[in-house]
Amino acid sequence: MSDIHGKTDLAIAMRGVTKIFGPDPEAALALLRAGKSKAEVQAETNHVVGLDNVSLDIAAGQIFVVMGLSGSGKSTLIRHVNRLIEPTAGEILVHGTDVLKMSLNELRTYRRTKVAMVFQKFGLLPHRSVIDNVAYGLEVRGVGRKERLETAAKWIETVGLAGYEHSRTRQLSGGQQQRVGLARALAMDADIILMDEAFSALDPLIRAGMQDELITLQKSLNKTILFITHDFDEALKIGDRIAVLKDGALQQEGKPEDIVLRPANEHIEEFVRQVNKARAIHVRSIMERGATEPCEQSVSMDARCEDVLPLFAEHQWVGVVDADGKQIGRVTAKQVIKALARHTPGVG
Amino acid sequence: MNLFPQLIDTRPWRRAVDDGLNWVVRHWGGTFEAAAYPLLVLLKAIEDLLIATPWWMIIALLTGIAWLATRRWQLPAIVLGSLLFLGVMDLWKDAMTTMALMIAATLTAIFISIPVGVWMSRSFRLRQCVTPILDLMQTLPSFVYLIPTVMIFGPGKIPALIATIVYAAPPLVRLTDLGLRSVDPSVMEASRAFGTNPRQRLFGVQIPLALPTILAGVNQTTMMALSMVVIASMIGAGGLGYQVLQGIGRLEVSRGLFAGLGIVALAIVFDRITQAFGRQLQARIGMQEVR
Repeated sequence: MSDIHGKTDLAIAMRGVTKIFGPDPEAALALLRAGKSKAEVQAETNHVVGLDNVSLDIAAGQIFVVMGLSGSGKSTLIRHVNRLIEPTAGEILVHGTDVLKMSLNELRTYRRTKVAMVFQKFGLLPHRSVIDNVAYGLEVRGVGRKERLETAAKWIETVGLAGYEHSRTRQLSGGQQQRVGLARALAMDADIILMDEAFSALDPLIRAGMQDELITLQKSLNKTILFITHDFDEALKIGDRIAVLKDGALQQEGKPEDIVLRPANEHIEEFVRQVNKARAIHVRSIMERGATEPCEQSVSMDARCEDVLPLFAEHQWVGVVDADGKQIGRVTAKQVIKALARHTPGVG
Repeated sequence: MNLFPQLIDTRPWRRAVDDGLNWVVRHWGGTFEAAAYPLLVLLKAIEDLLIATPWWMIIALLTGIAWLATRRWQLPAIVLGSLLFLGVMDLWKDAMTTMALMIAATLTAIFISIPVGVWMSRSFRLRQCVTPILDLMQTLPSFVYLIPTVMIFGPGKIPALIATIVYAAPPLVRLTDLGLRSVDPSVMEASRAFGTNPRQRLFGVQIPLALPTILAGVNQTTMMALSMVVIASMIGAGGLGYQVLQGIGRLEVSRGLFAGLGIVALAIVFDRITQAFGRQLQARIGMQEVR
């Protein structure tokens, strides 16, 4: 235990978090610990296993995506971080503080200052205007009216809703409503933002735009974002790290390319088969390292295969540079094609 | 003859209830009367105010409120017509007495019912206890509790007011409870995630969102209070109900008919105004413009 308390660069640490829904979770927990599966526990005790012994380390300043199909426990998982749901067993540390040991008052202070949340169904207050919705978290925290409205106006502008300050939320489209939800969370200036299927209710085009905006915002704000989605493409696009849940149990956790290049099991392989691999694989994980001759065209080491593909129309190979602009390697069309082809069933 | 067999002797029970009531009247009558005195003060104050206010001012006020509630000419016209009818038919003073009884009963019912409704919405056990009591209040023939109340308080305005409140309060309790419980759970969860305490959630989220339903309860309460005025006038409430009663007693059909239509006119005025406010509120919350 002491080792988790020591690591302060971890924003969120979960240890053996288990959640069982039902009147007598302890009995069901004993069965689960004895090695019974989720289906067996449900058949025997009529208790639903929401989360089964999930441990996660989420470093500060990254977008951490939890991916899973509906019923996999991902929404249950995210609600443990701000204790909207109490676990049956396990430990949850946020910046080294045990969330489960907080008193009711401490918990409220924690929710008011440390974690903000964005919801799939937006959860906006229909009787308030847009600006009052965005200022809601600050109002609950006790910030004065003038100051909170100024902050709210700034974030409304940032999410591109300037001019809608005094509209009612129900008059807005889904995409605009979720921008209000996002602005409301950002206005809290909390270190951690929890996003529960935040973009799932939006149209594909609007969703892609919101994803890009989130990535841009994250770069400038450097928050820790825990993002829940059922969409593997979305996970690959925005995630610094991805965890895959199935039936409440953690299947695999790692960088997007780890999951695409080395899926841990059949279930994940199924996802990988459907996915746009060019988006998932970073150039740096397939490049040949070392000094090479100076290049005509170069890309950042954070670029993905889809970014370099068009460049091969003109060039044999493309240089890869680090954050300082120094060339650290190169990547050829052949390498990219190999990486993309390797994991296509029946080819590799 | 087909008689139900006498299994036990119920006469001692009846005697116990009758003696118990007599004992209460003898020993506690004064206390009860003192406790209900604030109700009488409220009723008298409202009645005196309504009677002292010039008729044209009351007509102007209610017509103005009707206009504020709809911003159209139809409802103010209906309100104006109904009130003029009361004046023309020489029922104005009686109408004010009845209106005072209704307003006093509604205000008291709001004062009691909304907190009970709030409490019920939060406790499953309390809801299980209160619901049968509400059923009893609504279905028990009013004469059954009217007679004991008259015995305790003596005939007059207090038992009339209490009987009206007993009959009119239940729908408001039920609709407050329903309105608070049917607030969108995702909005409640969002509010919780921002660290609100129960009081902030109640006053900041639940009550504002349940307000249209609560207002529907207030509307129901005013209507039920008006439907009690004839019975209430039997024990000394006066007003339009008394005119109806006299009309029946003297076989003056016209007197009963016009006073009865006067009650209908009052009902129309208050029903339409509260409903219009409910619709306005709902539009403001935006229930009707979901895209």
